[in-house]
Amino acid sequence: MTNEKHNRSHRSLVTSLLVVVIGAFGFGYALVPLYDVFCEITGYGGRTNDTAAQVAEAPDMKREIRIEFMTTVNEYAPFELSADADSMTVHPGKMYFATFTATNMTGDDKVAMAVPSVAPVAAAEHFVKIECFCFNSQEFTANEEKAMPLQFIVNPELPDYVDTITLQYTFYDTARVASSN
Amino acid sequence: MATAAADITDHHDDHGPAKGIGRWLFSTNHKDIGTMYLLFSLVMFFVGGAMAMVIRSELAVPGLQFVDPGFFNSMTTMHALIMVFGAVMPAFVGLANWMIPLMIGAPDMALPRMNNWSFWILPVAFGILLSTLFMPGGAPASGWTMYPPLVLQTGDAFPFLIFSVHLMGISSIMGSINVIVTIINMRAPDMSLLKMPIFVWTWLITAYLLIAVMPVLAGAVTMLLTDQFFGTSFFLAAGGGDPVMFQHIFWFFGHPEVYIMILPAFGVVSEIIPTFSRKKLFGHDSMVYAASSIAFLSFIVWAHHMFTVGMPLTGQLFFMFATMLIAVPTGVKVFNWVATMWRGSMTFETPMLFALAFVFLFTIGGFSGLMLAIQPADVQYHDTYFVVAHFHYVLVPGSIFALMAGAYYWLPKWTGYYYNETLGKLHFWMSTIFVNVTFFPMHFLGLAGMPRRIPDYSTQFADFNFIASIGAMGFGLSQLIFLLVLLTAKKGAKADDRVWEGAHGLEWTVPSPAPWHTFTTPPKNRIAEESF
Repeated sequence: MTNEKHNRSHRSLVTSLLVVVIGAFGFGYALVPLYDVFCEITGYGGRTNDTAAQVAEAPDMKREIRIEFMTTVNEYAPFELSADADSMTVHPGKMYFATFTATNMTGDDKVAMAVPSVAPVAAAEHFVKIECFCFNSQEFTANEEKAMPLQFIVNPELPDYVDTITLQYTFYDTARVASSN
Repeated sequence: MATAAADITDHHDDHGPAKGIGRWLFSTNHKDIGTMYLLFSLVMFFVGGAMAMVIRSELAVPGLQFVDPGFFNSMTTMHALIMVFGAVMPAFVGLANWMIPLMIGAPDMALPRMNNWSFWILPVAFGILLSTLFMPGGAPASGWTMYPPLVLQTGDAFPFLIFSVHLMGISSIMGSINVIVTIINMRAPDMSLLKMPIFVWTWLITAYLLIAVMPVLAGAVTMLLTDQFFGTSFFLAAGGGDPVMFQHIFWFFGHPEVYIMILPAFGVVSEIIPTFSRKKLFGHDSMVYAASSIAFLSFIVWAHHMFTVGMPLTGQLFFMFATMLIAVPTGVKVFNWVATMWRGSMTFETPMLFALAFVFLFTIGGFSGLMLAIQPADVQYHDTYFVVAHFHYVLVPGSIFALMAGAYYWLPKWTGYYYNETLGKLHFWMSTIFVNVTFFPMHFLGLAGMPRRIPDYSTQFADFNFIASIGAMGFGLSQLIFLLVLLTAKKGAKADDRVWEGAHGLEWTVPSPAPWHTFTTPPKNRIAEESF
């Protein structure tokens, strides 16, 4: 094999390998939307269903589901957050209201974001929120205390083995996200 | 042998290496670059080892003795990064550089200038990484897995960590492209793919793994960087991101990375065992298929590293069974090595001792891996010392022992002299005894519930930790014997071309030490006579 011929076959192979490298780098980024789609479909990661609610015509009054509320405030977020009731018992297909109270612990205006998570994973897509303070960021004036609403339905198609659903909110200070440190 | 000698003497434009430091800085010679890779990884092995000594000193007895917890976490993080990216991977690239052209009858690597680059990026990358030890906020302390949001709390070192990981990735990708092009385009004319030595095969597969996953790691750490400095929210929950996603992307890289560190080790051992058993490697082709299957499976098992993050049951089952499936091709390899030795005329020189210990101790690591693959049990083992025991068994008496075996095996070919066999055997026995004293008690610690990555522990773990620390000091000191072997490497008897009685392959047809230029004309019709 002559040198020139060698170099030419090197070039085509190197080019195709570089395409693989660039493709793999792109694939890393492609995993981000793919992961979102995967989470929407499976409820993996406790991702809740954000599609419009379908209220069952006849709520299933025989079945009782216990809903537990949990709240966490992210490290560095100067807030207090609590559910007004720790838990409630609901019937699938019927609409319910719950209220959460948050307080800005600082003398400055703050913007907070609540991020929900549902356990068990199998219940995530069946926990349907109609109105939620987590849909938008929440603005607080200095030291403001604020009641925030949640309106939800548990879909009657919830798997039989689920009798308790835990809804968890984590409160973040959005200013810290923007500047990040 | 006459033809081999003719290859070098007839070559009239052989100008020999340049003089002084320029020989190394501007080298495009695969043997020089291979040597630099090997020496660099040896230095990193001792640097990472020194960090392990800090860790084991602190853990020798309960309570805080020598270092503060933040620095302890930096030590575990840096130890892992340096050993994985600085010691094990460059050492295998060094072996590839030295041996692949010799084994396939090529004059050099296909892309010699890029080869120079891929090496010289490494000292820069690790210079940057080690400099973080002196930065405000200390060196990275989030674990080598760099999980957010913890890693985002790293001090000034954070961008340096990301940049050094980028550089390591670029270096490995360039090295891998070089290996693939060399193997595909520059084999001796009568060497078909399935006639390639098994070390070359395992490296070909490893190189493909590297170019497929190193860019994914680069992407993941770039996302961390933009999350920290450019306002993106890939992994920040408040901005709509998900920190668990980092774990998925990281382990999509991380699991193939595990095989990147072990497949070339399989290759080295598959060269050594036939030589000292004086028998052909049992099931050469099945070894190739097994390595390929392991490589394929490595892409679909990543989530077994994150069984406890909360996953749908079907996901847990899938990753559990896919992981267990890897035991099948790995079992094929282990049985093939045993079958190669069966009724062989075995001798036990140092390379063979290391290779035998590899087969036995790597299998122990494989079995604890199977235990960890069982999802319901993993919930108990997760993030305990059982995991530490497992991956150290596959990496130390696994990858490192294979590297030592390879170094002893090819050292006479590199230097032209036999190393001191007594010192070699002493190195082997000390290493093997102390590696088990170090890591075996960690299984018990993990099963009893001692968590990873902590500088202090409750007193019921004291005894086993003390034993492990003694073992670690012993293992660390034993490696100084290897240094002695290298320093006295040219004091032994002159090695002939074949070096080992049972050695077969093109690399044993060139003189010892291998001249600066070899196979400037491709070897013809020697493949058949070099097989058993």
